[in-house]
Amino acid sequence: MNAPLVWIAVPALLGLVLFSLQPRPRLAAALAGILAAVLALAAWQLPLGKVITAGAWSFTLDETLFVLGRRFTLTDEMRPLLTGIYALAAFWLVGAAAARRGYPAASLALTSVALMTAALAVEPFLYAALLLEMAALLCVPLLAPPGKPVGQGVLRFVTFQTLGMPFLLFTGWLLAGVEADPGNQTLVLRVSILLGLGFSFLLAVLPFHTWLPMLASEADAYAAAFVFLMLPVVVILFGLGFLERYSWLREAPMVYAALRTVGALMVAVMGLLAAFQQQLGRSMGYAVIGETGFALLALGTPGGLPIYFATLLPRALALAVWAMALQIIHEHTTDLSLRAVRGVAQKLPLAATCLALAHFSLAGLPLLGSFPPRLWLWSLLSGQFGWMVIVSLLGEAGLMVGGLRTLAAFVSGFDNWRPHLSEEPWRALLLATGVAALLAVGLFPAQFLAPLARVPEVFVRLSP
Amino acid sequence: MNAVSLIPAALLWPAAILLAMTSTAMLVSRDWRACVGALAAQYVGVFVMVAFNWPLELALVKMIAGWMTGAVLGVAVITAPQSWREQERSWPSGRVFRLLASLLAGLVVISLTAPGVALMPGLRLAQMAGALTLMSMGLLQLGLTAQPLRVTLGLLTVLAGFEILYASVEAATLVAGLLATVNLALALAGAYLLIAPTMGDVG
Repeated sequence: MNAPLVWIAVPALLGLVLFSLQPRPRLAAALAGILAAVLALAAWQLPLGKVITAGAWSFTLDETLFVLGRRFTLTDEMRPLLTGIYALAAFWLVGAAAARRGYPAASLALTSVALMTAALAVEPFLYAALLLEMAALLCVPLLAPPGKPVGQGVLRFVTFQTLGMPFLLFTGWLLAGVEADPGNQTLVLRVSILLGLGFSFLLAVLPFHTWLPMLASEADAYAAAFVFLMLPVVVILFGLGFLERYSWLREAPMVYAALRTVGALMVAVMGLLAAFQQQLGRSMGYAVIGETGFALLALGTPGGLPIYFATLLPRALALAVWAMALQIIHEHTTDLSLRAVRGVAQKLPLAATCLALAHFSLAGLPLLGSFPPRLWLWSLLSGQFGWMVIVSLLGEAGLMVGGLRTLAAFVSGFDNWRPHLSEEPWRALLLATGVAALLAVGLFPAQFLAPLARVPEVFVRLSP
Repeated sequence: MNAVSLIPAALLWPAAILLAMTSTAMLVSRDWRACVGALAAQYVGVFVMVAFNWPLELALVKMIAGWMTGAVLGVAVITAPQSWREQERSWPSGRVFRLLASLLAGLVVISLTAPGVALMPGLRLAQMAGALTLMSMGLLQLGLTAQPLRVTLGLLTVLAGFEILYASVEAATLVAGLLATVNLALALAGAYLLIAPTMGDVG
């Protein structure tokens, strides 16, 4: 058996096969979710490249698969990444299966995840840009459901993801020149600019961020959350691959300074924009961009790599809860403007509470999941880069103000409220579990975040 | 790269002119048939440009994949003709404006071609001119429109220009295959966006 076949080819093909179950989208999503969970479990338990004995028979999961003269390699060190990626996918797919009407293209999400995994496995790794583009294109049916007008957000998403790819492919060609002549500063500058532009397009970094709030406000919130959850994680892992492979890039202080500065600015600007938002979907979009900013800030800080990985769990939980609650609220209101959701907490108390808590978690409210990694980063930054702590706190304050405005709209016009539950049982259970997990991560960070902080050991040269 | 190309260098300039004509036609035309036809013709030019650096069979893959993207988009517009008509009505700028904008883009291409060749010595002047023409016209198309078909045509045009440049530095079979798949996936996504509003809501 072969690891790339198991974690790339099988889910890619089964995602397409399950897509044929379109008349029963919830079943397709559930089956895809089960498969993703099995793959996450297998990645957690099965060593790669070593003999595995199960009763009377034994087998080896080879690490490498050759396709058209190029290699796809999943090493044993990558197992924590595989576990995380498929666990995230399973987490999202279970939520999709619980949705009232289901998502006709949910199973394509599994194929998309398989392509993202292929992007991390392909050698030469620069071909990953092509696979990431395909993974992004597979998300289109998810973001533009049948029977609904196509919004501008999805068109911009496709445009920006496609425009990012050529920059990264060209970088590969230039990198060969830099490796041959590392002292050539002109070439180094060209590579840095191309890399910066390529990743800015893919990660919605300022000023290429416009598609994200548009998508968040136009598309189904939970469907959009798949893109917001998965794509930045895989693109950042791809980016870490650059730092891992090229010592001149890894050892250039300018790279880290740029990551820190851009990250801090993104956190601040997006937080301030979120403070003045009138539309709940856009607020989520700005929070997602702020999270990318926070990730860049962590990656640019010495010793910040484990913090980036520690943010992933609370971020995934908060985003999933936020998106699902938003979707439930949208099903009961005409639109997601603050005016339209006035008093919605009376009708949908659980969804409104969970949305507010997820919002506050991403804003870094103490006792919620995202607070411990933020505190960890701020304590690291405070020694050398104090101004960045202030700038990022400003952004978090903006996001907090946005959350308070949302909460004020939810609870306005309350009268004679009696405790009740209008949400569907499955989704109510998922929301409650998500919020409970957010609180648990916030209250016991050592138990939940410490194992995640060990994931960067995959990047041998980047680990402290 | 091919040491001896089967495509004579004399064909490169006519191909570059063909690319300029087809990309301008896509930008200016209001008829979807003309746009899709121009896209198909554009891939003939791309084939000539790429075949100068690549083995003929690999370059053919690019042309056939390009024609398939045209066919996919054509079928999508035939399936949902109203999507094109409705959107085309809101097309904001007149033909003269678009023609003038394409002339301006042409000036930019003329000024960038020679420095571009200096940066990428593996390319001929005509190849650089063709690639830059496609990329600038594609970006112009993207900047002027928000219609799924035009956005897809714009993206395919930008990618075609990039592929001419990239063919001079990379000739791996896997890259050729992946780029062809990306083109097809882009066309399928564009086709889906064209017909999605007219499809019955499933679920």
